[in-house]
Amino acid sequence: MRHLSQDDLILHYYREAGPGMVKHLADCPECQENFEQLSCMLSAIALPEPPPRGEDYGAEVWGRIRHTLNEGKMTMPWWALSHRWAAVATIAGLIAIAFVAGRYTSRPPANWPAKPLEATNNVQLPQKVLVVALGDYLDRSEMLLVEVAHADRPEDLDLNSQRRYASELVATNRLYRQTAQRIGDRDTDALLDQLERVLVQLEHTPQGATPTDIQQLRQEIESGALLFRVRVAQVNMRAEAKSGHRTETREDPSTPQDPTPIL
Amino acid sequence: MEKMDSLDAAAVALVRAGDRDAFRPIVERYSEMLFRLAYRVTGNEADAEEIVQETFLRAYRKLDTFDGRCRLSTWLFRIATNCSLDLLDRRNLQPQPFDADPDEDENAPEERIRSHQPDPERLAYNSEIQANIHAALQSLTSVERTAFVLRHVQGHSCEEIAEALNVRSGTARQSLFRAVEKIRKFLASAMRPAV
Repeated sequence: MRHLSQDDLILHYYREAGPGMVKHLADCPECQENFEQLSCMLSAIALPEPPPRGEDYGAEVWGRIRHTLNEGKMTMPWWALSHRWAAVATIAGLIAIAFVAGRYTSRPPANWPAKPLEATNNVQLPQKVLVVALGDYLDRSEMLLVEVAHADRPEDLDLNSQRRYASELVATNRLYRQTAQRIGDRDTDALLDQLERVLVQLEHTPQGATPTDIQQLRQEIESGALLFRVRVAQVNMRAEAKSGHRTETREDPSTPQDPTPIL
Repeated sequence: MEKMDSLDAAAVALVRAGDRDAFRPIVERYSEMLFRLAYRVTGNEADAEEIVQETFLRAYRKLDTFDGRCRLSTWLFRIATNCSLDLLDRRNLQPQPFDADPDEDENAPEERIRSHQPDPERLAYNSEIQANIHAALQSLTSVERTAFVLRHVQGHSCEEIAEALNVRSGTARQSLFRAVEKIRKFLASAMRPAV
């Protein structure tokens, strides 16, 4: 009979041994004794706990690295730089050729539509990502709001999972709202602010929620026409993502001008 | 395949789009986890702090290569493991022994099983065991120690360790086996009663 090697026993200790090894160990007193010794030695090895970090540790780390992040992105190896110079030279050559060719070809009519500048402006990129990402986020938020808005009694709600879901959405909501603030998108910021208040309220709804608690939540959703505003934003975001242009949001959501595409 | 959670996914998308500050929730969320890992691998608080920062800097620079097929935490864990090894190799240092805390000696599982009544003789014996364990860990190479810490303390599987170290599964196992064998031999010779 082939006994288990020390390597086999180590795997067994860390619960990574195959079924054959486990079976052998169960039947073999000699291997059991070897395993007992190894197990005794390994279980005595306890490394000290790392020194505790403060609650703001993550913020401290962020404070230390935030100014070096862009530097990190800017660094390039020499060969990348030489490629970049080659690309610049190529583009300059192409521009020169295009200029000469343009001199000898017909010009477009004076009313020819110019290509919008923002389509090639990289500064708009966070805005575009926000638009695309928000579409999905608003879909999920809307589903949650609809469930709550249509619940008449606490038993209509699966509060455990909805609280957990709301908690996850709150964290994401904050991130999007900060981005909206940074890029100066006030409409999105206002919508997310209102949405966040409702989500926080739902997150903190007690386990034994009463009909009054549910009624308060519904009122909060209905008072600022939140569900409606979320739907308007979704429609606008989809249109914007499709066309690449910003669609103006209505200032007063309580007086919808064209509800047909939304409802 | 593990699914990335929505906050991580949102943050990654925004950072990729050029919003540097969207990286902040990632840093705030995972700093402590990475510090604990780095401290256990290096045994040194200052080195662990350096590794945490280096991990986030590397992650930020390479975020475009993150394909979302694993959790962001798993990806960061792999980077931190490599940063730890790089730091040890760069300095050509062995991992440092942890500062021994005499109060922790009575936590040795071996002794917990045998007796619940600490006495001076037993405490001294435990202290000796811990000192030898620290010395044994110091005798490991940086890869062996990393594999051992990740398996023994952090509870990662050999498969996960292999991915973190960017080696084959068999190689990760061999590193673990060598680590255990070295520790066993070290302790056996150190604890042998003097004749």
